Amino acid sequence: MRAQLLLAAVLALATAGSVQGQTPVRIGVLNDRSGVYADISGEGSVVAARMAVEDFKAAEKGLKVEIVSADHQNKPDLGASIARQWFDREGVDAIFDVPTSSVALAVHHVARERNKVLVDSGAGTADLTGTQCSPNTVHWTFDTVALANGTGGAMVKRGGDTWFFITADYAFGEAVQRDTTAVITGRGGRVVGAVKAPFPASDVSAFLTAARQSGAKVIGLANAGGDTITAVRQAAKLGITEGGQALAGLLIFSSDIHALTPRVAQGLVLTEPFYWDLNDATRAFSDRFAKTFNGKKPTAAQAGVYAGVLHYLKAVAALGSARDGGRVVAGMKELPTDDPLFGKGTIRPDGRKIHDMYLFEVKRPSESRGEWDLYKTLATIPGDEAFRPMGEGGCPLVGRGSVVRLDRAQP
Amino acid sequence: MTMIFGVPMQALFGQLLLGLINGSFYAILSLGLAIIFGLLNIINFTHGAQYMMGAFVAWMLLNYAGIGYWWALLLAPLAVGLFGVIMERLLIARLYKLDHLYGLLLTFGLALIIQGLFRNEYGVSGLPYAIPSELSGGQRLPFMFLPNYRGWVVVASLVVCLATWLVIEKTKLGAYLRAATENPTLVQAFGVNVPLLLTLTYGFGVALAAFAGVLAAPVYSVNPNMGADIIIVVFAVVVIGGMGSILGSIITGFTLGLIEGLTKVFYPEASSTVIFVIMVLVLLVKPAGLFGRTA
Repeated sequence: MRAQLLLAAVLALATAGSVQGQTPVRIGVLNDRSGVYADISGEGSVVAARMAVEDFKAAEKGLKVEIVSADHQNKPDLGASIARQWFDREGVDAIFDVPTSSVALAVHHVARERNKVLVDSGAGTADLTGTQCSPNTVHWTFDTVALANGTGGAMVKRGGDTWFFITADYAFGEAVQRDTTAVITGRGGRVVGAVKAPFPASDVSAFLTAARQSGAKVIGLANAGGDTITAVRQAAKLGITEGGQALAGLLIFSSDIHALTPRVAQGLVLTEPFYWDLNDATRAFSDRFAKTFNGKKPTAAQAGVYAGVLHYLKAVAALGSARDGGRVVAGMKELPTDDPLFGKGTIRPDGRKIHDMYLFEVKRPSESRGEWDLYKTLATIPGDEAFRPMGEGGCPLVGRGSVVRLDRAQP
Repeated sequence: MTMIFGVPMQALFGQLLLGLINGSFYAILSLGLAIIFGLLNIINFTHGAQYMMGAFVAWMLLNYAGIGYWWALLLAPLAVGLFGVIMERLLIARLYKLDHLYGLLLTFGLALIIQGLFRNEYGVSGLPYAIPSELSGGQRLPFMFLPNYRGWVVVASLVVCLATWLVIEKTKLGAYLRAATENPTLVQAFGVNVPLLLTLTYGFGVALAAFAGVLAAPVYSVNPNMGADIIIVVFAVVVIGGMGSILGSIITGFTLGLIEGLTKVFYPEASSTVIFVIMVLVLLVKPAGLFGRTA
C-alpha cells in the first residue's frame, strides 16, 4: 500500500515536471475515414500530422502536441457538430484536412464563430478564400480555380474545345464546373452539356452514355476520389476513349491512379500540387511515410496536412499560445512558409496558400517502372499563375480593408 | 432524330437498358432478402456485406489462386453461402424467439464489422476485376453501345430469379418451405426437419447475394463499400414489393431499375431518391407493399 502511494507520488511529480512550462496544443484531423475519400485523406492524414509533430521537435520547443481524429462521413452536419464538440468541450485548437467541400464550408464557419483555426488540405472549393473567406482559415493544398487553370487550360490547348461535365452534385462539383467553364469559355471553347450525378455514385454509366451522345471532345469529370475511379473504369468498359473522346479528371490524386493502374489511366492529364517523386526531399518524406503506412505513398491532401501542421506549429511556437485562433492564423500569414514538400511559399491575406502546381500525364504501362511510378511532368505552373488573383475572389477581408484605407487617405 | 418529351429516343432507350441492368442486381438481392424474411422472419442487414464478400471472393480466387470468372460464379456463392450457414447456426438461430429488432441489430452490427475489416485491408479505392474474355467487347446497337457483359448480367439474373421462383412455387422442397413459412410447428410435426430447412434457406439467400456480387465485380469494381451503397435501395425495393413476396421482389427489382434509369434522363439529381419517393407513395396507398398480403 505504501509502495503504491509512493509510486503514485513519483508519477504525479514526473508528469507535473514534464507539463510545466509547456504550451498545450490540440490538433484535430477531421476527414473521411470510411467513404469515397478515405484513401486520399483518411488515416494517412493522421500519419502525416504525427510526422509533422515529430519533425518539428515540438517537445523541445515547448509545445505539448496531441492529435485527435474523427470521421465526418462526408456529411456537413456531422462535420460541423464534431468541430463544435472538439472546440467547445475537448479543447481542440485547430482542425486539419477536412476534404469534401460541403463539410469544409460548414467547419470553416464553426472555426470562425469559435475563433479557432481551420487549415484545410483536402477540400477543393475556392470559395473558402473567395466570397466566404475567413480570418481563421488557411486553404493549403489546391483549389478549384487552380485545378481548372491547370487541367482545363491544358485540355483546351490540346484542341479539346467542346466539353461535357459529369458533376458530383454538391459544393465541390459545382465549384469546379463553374471555374473550369470560365477557363474554357475564356479560351474560346464551349460547354455543350452537363449532368449532375448523385454523390457518392457507384454507377455513372448512364451519365457516361449521355456524355458520349453529346459528341463533346472532352468529358470533364467534376468529381473526386472513388467517384472518379468509378467513372474512369466504367468509361474504359463502355469504350468511351476508343470512340475518340478524351477524359479530363479535374481532381485526381496519385492514390486514384494507383488504384486504376496506368493500364487503364494512361494518358490522363491532371493537375496536382504534390507528387511523391518530384525531388529528393519529397522522395525521402514519402519513403518514411510509406514505412509507417503499409507501403502507400502520400497523396497531395496528406502532404498538405504535413506541411500545414508544420507551419501551424511554427506560428504557435512564435506566439507562445494556441488559444486565439485569429492571432495564430495572422501569425501563419506573416511567416513565410518553407517545408520539404511544397518548398518556399506564402499565405495570402485571404487565406490562400501559394505554391507551384504541376501538370502531369499518367505514364504508359511500358514507361512505368514500379507500382507507384505513375506520372511524368508536363509543366510547372508557378504559384502566382496557378491560383486566382486575390482581387478577383471577392473576399470581403481583402476588399474592405483596402477600401477603408483608401477612404482614410482622402483629405 | 425522334424525340420523346424533348429527349432523343436513342438516349431514352440507352438509359432504359442501363436501368434494366441495375434492376437485375436489385432483383437478385431483394429476392434473397425476401426468401430469408419470408421463412426466418429475419431482416438480413448483412445482405449488402455478403454481396460485397461475393465480389471479394471472386477477386481473391483470381488474384491468389488464378481461378477465373466462371468458376468464381460457382465457388464464391458456395463459400459465402457456407459462411452464412455458420452465421445462422452460431448466432441467428438464437434469435428466432425474440423480437425482430434483435435480428436487425445483430445482422446490422455484423455488416459493419465485416465492411470495416475489408476496408482496413483493402482501402476504399476499389480493386479492378477484368471482364472475362468470352464476354468482352460489345454490340453497337442503333441507340447505344452495349457491352456484352452487361447483356449477360441481365440474362443471368433473369434465369436465376425465375429458377428460384420455380423451385419455391413448383417443387416439393418449395412446398415444404412455403408450409414452414405458414406454420412451422405443424410442418415439424409431419417429420420435416425445420431447423435444417431454416439453415439451408439462409445459406441459399446469402449465396444469391454472393452470386450478385460476382456478377457485379466487373461492372462496379470490387469495393468494401459496394454493399452499403446498394443495400438501402434494395431494402426500399423489398418494402415496395411487399416483405416476403418472391415474385413481387423480382418484378419490383427490375421495374424500379427502369424507373431509376428514366429519372437519370429527365432529372438526374433525383435519381438517388426516386426509389424512396416511390416507397413513401406505395406505403401510403398499400401499407403491405404492392405484392404483399395484408396481415
